[in-house]
Amino acid sequence: MNQSNANTNVVEMIDVCKRYGTFEALKKVNLSVRKGERIIICGPSGSGKSTLIRCINRIEQHDAGSIVVEGQELTGAERDIAKVRREVGMVFQSFNLFPHLTILENCTLAPRRARGLSKAEAEDRAMHYLSKVRIPDQAKKYPGQLSGGQQQRVAIARALCMEPRVMLFDEPTSALDPEMVKEVLDTMIGLAEEGMTMLCVTHEMGFAKQVADRVVFMDGGQKIEEADPQTFFGAPENDRTRAFLQQVLH
Amino acid sequence: MFDVLFQRGFDGRLYLEWLLSGLGWTLALAFIGWWIAFAIGVLVGVGRTSKSRVIAALSRLYVEIFRNIPVLVQMFLWYFVLPELLPTGLGTWVKQLPPPWGAFFPALLCLGTYTAARVAEQVRAGIEALPQGQEEAAAALGLSQLDTRRFVVVPQALRLIIPSLTSEVMGIYKNTSVALTIGLLELTAQARQISENTFQTFGAFASATIIYLLLALVAYRLMLWIDAKYHIPGTSPSKPARKPLFGLFGKRGAA
Ligand SMILES: Nc1ncnc2c1ncn2[C@@H]1O[C@H](COP(=O)(O)OP(=O)(O)OP(=O)(O)O)[C@@H](O)[C@H]1O
Ligand SMILES: [Mg+2]
Repeated sequence: MNQSNANTNVVEMIDVCKRYGTFEALKKVNLSVRKGERIIICGPSGSGKSTLIRCINRIEQHDAGSIVVEGQELTGAERDIAKVRREVGMVFQSFNLFPHLTILENCTLAPRRARGLSKAEAEDRAMHYLSKVRIPDQAKKYPGQLSGGQQQRVAIARALCMEPRVMLFDEPTSALDPEMVKEVLDTMIGLAEEGMTMLCVTHEMGFAKQVADRVVFMDGGQKIEEADPQTFFGAPENDRTRAFLQQVLH
Repeated sequence: MFDVLFQRGFDGRLYLEWLLSGLGWTLALAFIGWWIAFAIGVLVGVGRTSKSRVIAALSRLYVEIFRNIPVLVQMFLWYFVLPELLPTGLGTWVKQLPPPWGAFFPALLCLGTYTAARVAEQVRAGIEALPQGQEEAAAALGLSQLDTRRFVVVPQALRLIIPSLTSEVMGIYKNTSVALTIGLLELTAQARQISENTFQTFGAFASATIIYLLLALVAYRLMLWIDAKYHIPGTSPSKPARKPLFGLFGKRGAA
């Protein structure tokens, strides 16, 4: 194996397949992500975008092919998976904050339990990232008391508190009212500018153009096209990509 | 009608004292039994949702056995049959426990384990009612399965089922009267004794009934208070268990 490749590829997916019963949700998907890269994944509903990124932290288990994250191959071993998950942050469409915990507790739970930080260390770190997403003043509130946009920013901060090597986003703005989309995208742009490795499923094409190093187009469980944003939006090769772009851009 | 309470029995004590002593045993059974039921119920309920087939099957077995045998039969099993199954020395020791304890412990174990099976089913239902995203988010953060249950799943599930746990608290409290069948002088047994000694059946049982009702009311209000205390800010309030009678005394217009 090429040594430099092994060191720089944060995520390496080779011929990854995933079935639900007899339905093939992923058909031999290949994808590699280098450190600091920002990948945007788009495609029609049901094309396997969520499945793809959920396989990266093994929220879903792939059936064939291999996935290597930070040098660790994802197999059955429980301990290895926990190790990978600590290095991979994830932000969900529906926020999935823990409603019975305060914002601060949401952010300190995993660092304390899974990283072994003391309460004080975890709280310092939480306040740092909450400031970064610009809601430090809400720390004592509960998720149900915040707006959708604020909740999603907390969810980002919560993931960042684990100081992950790569962040996965699954349509982070799709459940938000239009006026709240910008505050979340701005937070993500900030992260991208700091060099965070990111994989993001989104239909926000303006955001894609602004931050993406590469755009991946999925359809029917396959990676149909992968290109830099200029090529992808300017001169897509595939008919299905063109048809999709026409729908989302107009 | 209640003047019987202020007459003295053959032991020189007021019948009121007889009732209160019965009440003491009833409360002790209900209270300690509840915490046994709650502890076992949470463990078994979580076990029901375990990914481990063995743990899930064992938990299921527990629930099916303890929930489906009538309480009265279970009471007899604990009292009459268990001592026979124990090694001889231990069995004899159990049989020779001094009077209230010889009946109290079997009754406590009976009510605790029976109610635990019912609590376990509520806990399981509560866990299954949580959005899938909660466990996913916890897993994605790198929390272990145990931590996910302890800090994310169970605290939310328990809050969700406070109304149905209220029914179980009422249930164990009412079932304490079954302990009279193995000779524990709890509230109902004392009422019966007073009635037999004085032939004032109505006065004796009316007093016991009123005590049962008042305490049920207290327990119900206590559960409402606990529900309010553990209510998660920013979420809609839970619906109290439907109890038409207590509804009259309790919060009005709660729907
Ligand atoms: N748990 C599951 N069981 C069965 N089928 C599933 C499951 N999860 C996803 N699928 C199917 O797999 C396919 C891909 O799903 P996936 O959620 O990855 O799509 P997606 O591209 O994220 O779509 P969307 O834009 O709607 O989120 C869909 O056809 C879906 O119905
Ligand atoms: Mg999706």
